[in-house]
Amino acid sequence: MTAIVTVVGKDKVGINAFVCTLLAEKNVNILDISQTVMEGNFTMVMSVDLAGCTQPISELSNALRTRGAEHDLEIRIAREEIFDAMHRV
Amino acid sequence: MLNKGEILQTIEMISQQHLDVRTITMGISLRDCADSDIKKSCDKIYDKICRYAGSLVKTGEDIETEFGIPIVNKRISVTPISMIAEACTEQNYTPYAIALDRAAKEVGVNFLGGFSALVQKGFTVGDRRLIESIPQAMAETNLVCSSVNVGTTRAGINMDAVAKMGEIIKTTAELTGDAGGFGCAKLVVFCNAVEDNPFMAGAFHGVGEPECEINVGVSGPGVIHSAIKDMKAESFDVIAETIKKTAFRITRVGQLVAQEASSRLGVPFGIVDLSLAPTPAVGDSVADILEEMGLGSVGAPGTTAALALLNDAVKKGGVMASSHVGGLSGAFIPVSEDAGMIRAAKLGHLTIEKLEAMTCVCSVGLDMIAVPGDTSAATISAIIADEAAIGMVNNKTTAVRIIPAVGKTVGDIVDFGGLLGTAPVMPVNSCSTVDFIARGGRIPAPLHSLKN
Repeated sequence: MTAIVTVVGKDKVGINAFVCTLLAEKNVNILDISQTVMEGNFTMVMSVDLAGCTQPISELSNALRTRGAEHDLEIRIAREEIFDAMHRV
Repeated sequence: MLNKGEILQTIEMISQQHLDVRTITMGISLRDCADSDIKKSCDKIYDKICRYAGSLVKTGEDIETEFGIPIVNKRISVTPISMIAEACTEQNYTPYAIALDRAAKEVGVNFLGGFSALVQKGFTVGDRRLIESIPQAMAETNLVCSSVNVGTTRAGINMDAVAKMGEIIKTTAELTGDAGGFGCAKLVVFCNAVEDNPFMAGAFHGVGEPECEINVGVSGPGVIHSAIKDMKAESFDVIAETIKKTAFRITRVGQLVAQEASSRLGVPFGIVDLSLAPTPAVGDSVADILEEMGLGSVGAPGTTAALALLNDAVKKGGVMASSHVGGLSGAFIPVSEDAGMIRAAKLGHLTIEKLEAMTCVCSVGLDMIAVPGDTSAATISAIIADEAAIGMVNNKTTAVRIIPAVGKTVGDIVDFGGLLGTAPVMPVNSCSTVDFIARGGRIPAPLHSLKN
């Protein structure tokens, strides 16, 4: 299953490393990353493969949210289909 | 391949603009639950609802987390209870409402609709008993919603039922007076009620519907508002196009959720209801959209035209996004549930008469309106008659959900809490309607040709 991870927060050193490590701990494979910083705001969008993930997406979602909040980051994960549905006819 | 802008746009809709799926409603037929013994019948109802809807809430929550889209309500609609209860000889149908309430609590839904009767042409024995039971049923249950259909375009308006419902609404308000007349917030009087409506309080599972189905109601006034916010200098053509495109996106999410819920629960997908349903939260208001079009306040001249455009554009955008569209499908204008409507009503910019005009061009009717507690039953009936006439003549659904606020008068506030919000008590024209309502009988169905 492919899912989209979005990370939004104030820019600082190590966000990328932190998120990637977090995903690696759960055995989530990163397929694509796009990241920008605008006026000090960090935004990252990742496409990830959950085939080997060690936990169900609901638990992963909670873990990302909680661990992200500890670092003042808003991390969300959602299945790719919702974005496809909204933006592709 | 999706681009980053599209992904972030979706995230912003959900996190900033209150995009959500308003409800997943499971429609369940109770036609096999009739029994001459009321206790047996109630047991059958309770068992069947628990059996069919046992995993509804869990499934909804799973979809929420997986797709990252809030699904605000999980609800149930059932066959109009007058049809099921009629098989028994009991006069009072309140035990049915209590059984429904117990089942709703057991499966964890937040409302269950269908304590209903369809009496557009006349009453059966069961219809009369059900209607008489409504005040007690609403007072003794928390989650059960009731509706009565008093008219249709094909049958005309049953004015005996209209007269009766004025009294029933008054009694319901009195019995639930301690809770601000909360019982009336769960009671809707319809003309042209639809059989697959997923929204409360008017949902019931119509007789033409399958054994069980999933209907989904989408929402998203905040998303529409945000889309047109920076378009001050644009013409209505551009506004309408923008609303259409946004409605398409919103509805596609509803369709996805509906299909997913249907396949996980093993229950057929019924319809997506293309409604703009506001909540009292800031930024989730239909009134704000109308004001964004250039009105100083909702209720100002121009409001009806603005609403007509909005309603039509939402349907045009939504229709292509879903394989089956149904339910009420239109913008809702519940006063107590919309921060902008509340504001306008408090300031006196929005009156019941203007709301009535607005209901000619949108879904659904005079919704969640608090009126002074001393408003007479005849006046309430006459308001219902006017609203039903609009529905009957214009071949659309209209409804009245009105709350006589016991012990309160114009300017006071009734607080229902949660999604039902806060209602300022609005002034009502108090000229007598007693003789008009006392006539009874039926208003004949309108002509369907010679359409000027």
